[in-house]
Amino acid sequence: MTPVWRSCWTGLKRSLKQQAELLPGLFGEAGPLGQAAWSAPTVRSGWIQGLRSLAQHPSALPFLADCGTLDTIFSLQGDSSLFVASAAGQLLVHILGLSLQGPAEGPPSPQACDWPVCAQKIVGHIEGSLRSMATPQVTQALNVLTTTFGHCHGPWMQVLWERLSPLVACLLQEDPLPAAHSLVDLLLSVARSPVLSSSDCGLWETLAQTLRRLSPAQAGPLALGILKLQDCPQALRAQAFGVLLQPLACVLTAADQAPGPPGLPEGTTGDSVTVDTLLSSKSACAGLLCQTLAHLELLQPLPQRPSPWPQAPLLGAAVTILRFCNGSAAPASDVGGRLCAILAGCVRVQRAALDFLGALAQETGPQELVTQVSAVLLEYLRSPDSSPTVLKKAFQATLRWLLSSPRAPGCCDLDPDTQLFLRELLPVLRKRLCSPCWEVRDSGLEFLTQVTRHWGGQAGFRHALLASEVPELAEQLLRDPESYVRASAVTAVGQLSSQGLHATAASPEQLGGQKESLLAELLHVLSTDSEGFPRRAAMQVFTEWLRDRHADVAEDTEQFVARVLQAASRDLDWEVRAQGLELALVFLAQTLGQPSARCPYAVAAPQATPPGPLAQALRALSRVRLFEFAFRALFDCDRPVAQKSCDLLLFLRAQATPSGGLQEAEGSPDVVPVEAALQRWRAGEQGEPLGDLEPEAVLAVLRSLDLEGLRGALAESSDHVEKSPQSLLQDMLATVGVRGENQADCY
Amino acid sequence: MKLYCLSGHPTLPCNVLKFKSTTIMLDCGLDMTSTLNFLPLPLVQSPRLSNLPGWSLKDGNAFLDKELKECSGHVFVDSVPEFCLPETELIDLSTVDVILISNYHCMMALPYITEHTGFTGTVYATEPTVQIGRLLMEELVNFIERVPKAQSASLWKNKDIQRLLPSPLKDAVEVSTWRRCYTMQEVNSALSKIQLVGYSQKIELFGAVQVTPLSSGYALGSSNWIIQSHYEKVSYVSGSSLLTTHPQPMDQASLKNSDVLVLTGLTQIPTANPDGMVGEFCSNLALTVRNGGNVLVPCYPSGVIYDLLECLYQYIDSAGLSNIPFYFISPVANSSLEFSQIFAEWLCHNKQTKVYLPEPPFPHAELIQTNKLRHYPSIHGDFSNDFRQPCVVFTGHPSLRFGDVVHFMELWGKSSLNTVIFTEPDFSYLEALAPYQPLAMKCIYCPIDTRLNFIQVSKLLKEVQPLHVVCPEQYTQPPPAQSHRMDLMIDCQPPAMSYRRAEVLALPFKRLFEKIEIMPELADSLVPMEIKPGISLATVSAVLHTKDNKHVLQPPPRPAPPTSGKKRKRASEDIPDCKVLKPLLSGSIPVEQFVQTLEKHGFSDVKVEDTAKGHIVLLQEAETLIQIEEDSTHIICDNDEMLRVRLRDLVLKFLQKF
Repeated sequence: MTPVWRSCWTGLKRSLKQQAELLPGLFGEAGPLGQAAWSAPTVRSGWIQGLRSLAQHPSALPFLADCGTLDTIFSLQGDSSLFVASAAGQLLVHILGLSLQGPAEGPPSPQACDWPVCAQKIVGHIEGSLRSMATPQVTQALNVLTTTFGHCHGPWMQVLWERLSPLVACLLQEDPLPAAHSLVDLLLSVARSPVLSSSDCGLWETLAQTLRRLSPAQAGPLALGILKLQDCPQALRAQAFGVLLQPLACVLTAADQAPGPPGLPEGTTGDSVTVDTLLSSKSACAGLLCQTLAHLELLQPLPQRPSPWPQAPLLGAAVTILRFCNGSAAPASDVGGRLCAILAGCVRVQRAALDFLGALAQETGPQELVTQVSAVLLEYLRSPDSSPTVLKKAFQATLRWLLSSPRAPGCCDLDPDTQLFLRELLPVLRKRLCSPCWEVRDSGLEFLTQVTRHWGGQAGFRHALLASEVPELAEQLLRDPESYVRASAVTAVGQLSSQGLHATAASPEQLGGQKESLLAELLHVLSTDSEGFPRRAAMQVFTEWLRDRHADVAEDTEQFVARVLQAASRDLDWEVRAQGLELALVFLAQTLGQPSARCPYAVAAPQATPPGPLAQALRALSRVRLFEFAFRALFDCDRPVAQKSCDLLLFLRAQATPSGGLQEAEGSPDVVPVEAALQRWRAGEQGEPLGDLEPEAVLAVLRSLDLEGLRGALAESSDHVEKSPQSLLQDMLATVGVRGENQADCY
Repeated sequence: MKLYCLSGHPTLPCNVLKFKSTTIMLDCGLDMTSTLNFLPLPLVQSPRLSNLPGWSLKDGNAFLDKELKECSGHVFVDSVPEFCLPETELIDLSTVDVILISNYHCMMALPYITEHTGFTGTVYATEPTVQIGRLLMEELVNFIERVPKAQSASLWKNKDIQRLLPSPLKDAVEVSTWRRCYTMQEVNSALSKIQLVGYSQKIELFGAVQVTPLSSGYALGSSNWIIQSHYEKVSYVSGSSLLTTHPQPMDQASLKNSDVLVLTGLTQIPTANPDGMVGEFCSNLALTVRNGGNVLVPCYPSGVIYDLLECLYQYIDSAGLSNIPFYFISPVANSSLEFSQIFAEWLCHNKQTKVYLPEPPFPHAELIQTNKLRHYPSIHGDFSNDFRQPCVVFTGHPSLRFGDVVHFMELWGKSSLNTVIFTEPDFSYLEALAPYQPLAMKCIYCPIDTRLNFIQVSKLLKEVQPLHVVCPEQYTQPPPAQSHRMDLMIDCQPPAMSYRRAEVLALPFKRLFEKIEIMPELADSLVPMEIKPGISLATVSAVLHTKDNKHVLQPPPRPAPPTSGKKRKRASEDIPDCKVLKPLLSGSIPVEQFVQTLEKHGFSDVKVEDTAKGHIVLLQEAETLIQIEEDSTHIICDNDEMLRVRLRDLVLKFLQKF
């Protein structure tokens, strides 16, 4: 690869005239094709990158057209390496864009003979490929065009489309349709292109024709793309929406045996092609339904989604699909029976339908349907046959429906239907928390955390939750054998405790003994758990507790922070240490004032803290060993920790030395031990603890440190050294060997 | 080939296959659902059960009140429980040559067949099947014999009276054939007729067929059977599982290329996934115990209980149940737990490897060691001293009609803190609970049936591709309660042939070939001639000798020893029988060349006519007709022997002789 790279580089440094003999050898017909190195994909890739750089040169384009390079690029579109093939396609787009931008004087002539040679050749190649009707060639041509219309916005795009659209239209006559996916991509790319969407160019008609021509599974992405377009004829949008809804219409028809599903836009009936696809095989049926549900889920929150949005039939369809999947539907029609047999127990469709059902919770629906939704969600949550992944989705969908449920009029508590639902749900949750499958326990705890976060203040919820056994079970799961469950239990119990819902009664087996406080239990998790996840979760809970001034924390905040930081500083998991810095920052802000100077563009100077309270505050920080924790973290082997520490210390410096030099005047504190310790930590040694630090010494050290410089260095990406030109040059020299000539070339 | 279907229960089959002069009984299942019509047998005197009111007809006639008792709107027979036997009239069971047993649940009717029908054949089963089957029988006999009941009800069985009874007694079938349980003596005698076999062992039956047991993955030692002759293969699939539980995995490959596949013993709960049910079992168990309640698990002493104990072993610590005692109460509890540990070669690979460590293959050994699981033969004796609540009790019988479970139902039924969890799928839990109503304790139905479900069957059939599938009629239509679930039936091409109790099925199966052996000295004397590349023919003169369904070609008997004077001359001659043989001809006559040859030999005016079977060559001048067909040639000429011989020789030129 190195010689190729070298040539690329040197090619850029010298003028083309000087390199008249070198360039044809590298990029021309007699170029590297015959050489052994060409068989390595990295060499071909490097060759393309070199050409991409070369093409910037004004006289490069005629050279490429003349010496057969384009033909090589054409052939590389079908390269065995996907990276090379894709890069070749992009290179063609790049060259086409450059060559057509060149004249720049008004739009190019529609006559091909007036175009630059390069453009003529590339467009000619694309036309040839489109005419060939062979799927690989057509795909390559369509991909090049898709990228072109996606990236180039010159006036010549319109000319190009006018010239190529008849050929694209011809593709639609073929049976089977070659490269349908690429065709959809191209049409959507053209439709999104600002140059074309203003003028029609027959595009809308082509899109409508394509929608009719494609199979249900192929038409879905096109229909979604059309519905996402900002400006598009209403008729086409209606057609696209109809295509998207068709599989669901089939499902509704199959379930009800009614002539047409009520509520769907007119003309949306399950056509026979869609029905055939759904009934052809299990995988085809699942594929089409999952795709449709996913598309509608994407469309649902968009402002440009079709209006009126058929919320009720969509809810009905989601519920029906879920009932088909769990075998609880009893369709009378033959199609319904067969769909039921195909979908029974299909986990993929269950997951997609539950996701979609969850998305539909943004809006409500007819009460009867909402009741059905609750019933089907409960069925899934209750069913022993629900797989863990399905159960997780069922919990997520339930949460979304619960949170969107209306409040009872005239009071801020939950409405009676929701209360009733909760009464049925909590025993299910209780049972799920006892599941032998850890994934189920985990999803149950996640659900508990979320629902408590949102509803912790609702009296109805609090009452129902405390009456259930759920809080006790959540606490018991702190000792679960599976670390993910322990982590979720820590988060859930933390949340329950924040809301005052923590289990207060001791469980039967603990009746005799003194119940340990939750804080102590979580500290135990932080200092002893063998896995990282529960420790991280504990740190997050502690940070939240500190931020919210949780009662257990407020009792003795300093001791709490000291204990947590001490445990975090010893942790081997960098995320725990980073979270420790987050907690330290919260404490810092609470002690010194809000971090108003965090925004680098803030105009206002940091507020001056009076020296008396400041000294007290700094001493408090010293007592909890926050300085030592932060300094140690500054030289942490994990960059995010060091970055966070840097930010914290910058904030501390800004807060503590507002007027500059106030503390300096009070004599010189002894900074030697601190600096010595910093040196040791920088060198990677563990070192001894520093003990109590004098705040003045800390401030002096802070002033002496180049924290801004350090922050800049830490912000660099980890491979910035490897990517620098200097490093590249060293690599080249090392590979080629040190020869005077080469060195001269390189410089 | 015929299949006599003696049982209507799809998972407790009993069929007889007549195949190549052998009569083979496939399984010997005992339908115990009949016991649900009887009152439970309490181990300890139960005032509630003994004070139930007698049942009387609508008109107040109370002549049945001694036999029938009423409990919460249901009527039960107050007598020793009786079982529904397989059909005994459809075929003379004394003609059965062998009985093949596929698993220990499918042999419970064995003593009725071997001891009371004149059966003189052999029973084949694997060792774990026999040992655990013995435990199940022993437990059954023990449960029933230890609660002697003087009363035997027979009046209600009278057809005219039965018609007047309420359901389900009214609809009970074949009540006249219901029998009391067998005795231990009969069990021992029946088991003595069993010959042990190992997986893939080939057993010759009278030289006619070969039977082979294959691992079926359902239970310890459970097997499917291959019954094959040289050219026919029948597979008998009964109670198989593809799930990874404790037994050796199912051997599917050997079932390939079957002419007929008899498929029985699929899951009884096709909509319940065993994994989900185990989860449900554990969750409910934990919730009950946490609230201070007791859990009762009515179960068989072997089978799923091993898997449940293994699950609990992993689960109890995480669910904080380490201090809860688990009791396993059965007259054979000890033997069952210990037997399971010694059948290493019949276990799944994971468990087999444990044995070499050496560790007990099942973790219940550790549960016993740490005193978390304790086992007792009965509630009497040590158990009452150790009994501590809340606890979990595993005990039989799953029908809730006899065994220690009856006592616990009576003891715990009144408290809503307690839970009974049904894991065995053989009995309807609602019917099982009927004589205990009204009941305050919670009931959870978690049937765990690891046998094949319909999706697995359809995959299996696609892979194995039998020519014909035969199955109980229940499998050819969706379950009655879920008639829209077209996925809950066997779907194969050609459609499966179905059978029901007391039906005789002629299997669509024609025997075309039979294998014959040639004695080496006869084979030596053959002189094969290659007629096509790779195909040689030889004429054989021999004597066909048939004995024990084996056919052997032996050299024909030598002629009488020659007299000494003519020894030389005789020795040079062939066997006289062969001398008279004409040469055998083969090949076909190309008509055009034949006509040319005729013309060459002076026949003119030759005409050829095509017929349905071949050609007719007309020699008009000679008024002769040569009929050439695929397997014969006729020369029809008018009394001209010379001409016929000439023509014959011309025909023979085109044929090969040997």
